[in-house]
Amino acid sequence: MSYKFSAKEVTEVLDMLLFQNLDIRAVTLSINISPAISHDINITLTRIEKTMKKYTTKFYNVVNEVSEKYGVKIVTKRLSLTPISLFLEPLSYDLNLLESKKNAIEIAKLIDKIAVEDKVDFVGGYAAFVHKGETKGDVVLMESLPEVLASTKTINSMINVASTQTGINMDAVRVMAKKIKEVSEVTENGIGCTRLVVSANTPEDNPFMPGGYHGFGENEASVNVAISGPGVIENVVRNLEASDFRTLHEAIKRAAFKVTRLGELVGRKVAESLGVAFGSVDISLAPSPKIGDSIAGVIEAMGLESAGVHGTILALAILTDAVKKGGAMAVSHIGGLSGAFIPVSEDSLMTEAFRRGSMSIEELHALSAVCNTGVDMVAIPGDTPVNIIAGIIADEMAIAVTLDKSLGVRIIPVPGKKEGEEIDFGGLLGKATIVKVRNLDNSKFVERKGVVPPFVERLRKG
Amino acid sequence: MNDEEENLAVVTVFGVDKPGIVAGITGVLASYNVNIVDISETVVRGLFTMIMIVDLRTSNVQLPFLKEKLEEKARELSVTVSTNHISVFKYMQRV
Repeated sequence: MSYKFSAKEVTEVLDMLLFQNLDIRAVTLSINISPAISHDINITLTRIEKTMKKYTTKFYNVVNEVSEKYGVKIVTKRLSLTPISLFLEPLSYDLNLLESKKNAIEIAKLIDKIAVEDKVDFVGGYAAFVHKGETKGDVVLMESLPEVLASTKTINSMINVASTQTGINMDAVRVMAKKIKEVSEVTENGIGCTRLVVSANTPEDNPFMPGGYHGFGENEASVNVAISGPGVIENVVRNLEASDFRTLHEAIKRAAFKVTRLGELVGRKVAESLGVAFGSVDISLAPSPKIGDSIAGVIEAMGLESAGVHGTILALAILTDAVKKGGAMAVSHIGGLSGAFIPVSEDSLMTEAFRRGSMSIEELHALSAVCNTGVDMVAIPGDTPVNIIAGIIADEMAIAVTLDKSLGVRIIPVPGKKEGEEIDFGGLLGKATIVKVRNLDNSKFVERKGVVPPFVERLRKG
Repeated sequence: MNDEEENLAVVTVFGVDKPGIVAGITGVLASYNVNIVDISETVVRGLFTMIMIVDLRTSNVQLPFLKEKLEEKARELSVTVSTNHISVFKYMQRV
């Protein structure tokens, strides 16, 4: 292969890296810590530390070295761990809920301490799978969430309450709606809720948080990569103002190939240096609150006055499809959620669209049909009733199991705040406007007990 | 990846054209015994742009160190320099 590149080829890449916010959003090291499962909390804690440290002590330096060598910014370093609910099963065997919760909190605090020591930004895996029912370990984990999220900085939690295979566990949906409220009340401005997602069909190799965990089919350790790049796509779209749809789609696809290819390169190199497997690249384009790094910006560049106006679903569908087609070619192993992300507060123009009134929770539900987010990073009034939150989760889960997609709800009731007020979560989490929630009564429906049986889509799998 | 390719980097300098830019940047490369494999100059969006492919096999410094030294020199010359491993361009611009 020739090492010669034309000036146009070189400057195109540098434009993306230097001026269009192309970076690697996260390198996520996924670690099997299940050897630490024990009935003895001391063994559990010692082994968790030992297993994690085997990888985490060098993780920070390795990622920085790759970043410097290739001249590519890597924004965050994350870990995904074996779901902690599994550890709580033997530990809770002959203890009551209160005593069991103490163990859960101790595990979370230890993992948080290790993460802080080894300069990891976030840790996923404080997770439970309850899509058909809960075991004791799951219950302990869910009950511990307010204290865990209030007493740690890096711990992220994912509770899978629905799946195409088994239906929607509405008992768990209600529990989680209540926990979301409790977490919001014990953390400043409800910020603990930014590290908590209630999801359906969650993938095993997700590099993004809060959904990431070390999946059941994974090996000892692997690296999963999350990319950014809405700025690159927006720039491409802005240069194609009058083009037809086919040209637009083609241009996005070509740019998406290049963007995701960078994830493939970084993933390979980090995995190689760490001596672990290269897992996958999530080909989703993740926005950030920076100007020119917005998915809503791409939608608006296509010719819509504001995200959310009529035409938005098609615009996002074109973006997602073109990104998938370009990304599929660029990446040897697709993983995670691999769609388009619209975490509202993290996307400055999406936040603006909510402020303007062109976006709503209902529109986010509708967009779930063509992307892989759901209702993500949405701030709602602090006094929103639990049953309304349960209804929002229920609606999103229904879309997920009907369309057989991975979708989630990460919603933040902000204590003391009313619709239209602003809240700044800081850093990558961005600013949000408290959005309108329809408060008419749904309690008789969402308070029905039990599991919604799997929909007919289940039969596609035999 | 072969040994040669592993040691190649692309050094791109952009800024307002003035005497001494080429000399300043190539001087840094020479001082660390870094070999220039290919060099081209062009104007992109009105800015002087110099693109070099350099080989670090003859040098005893690593890419991150060289990058830092080039950035120091670029600041002195009031230009921008970007130093990236060649793989970045190969991955993104070749199928």
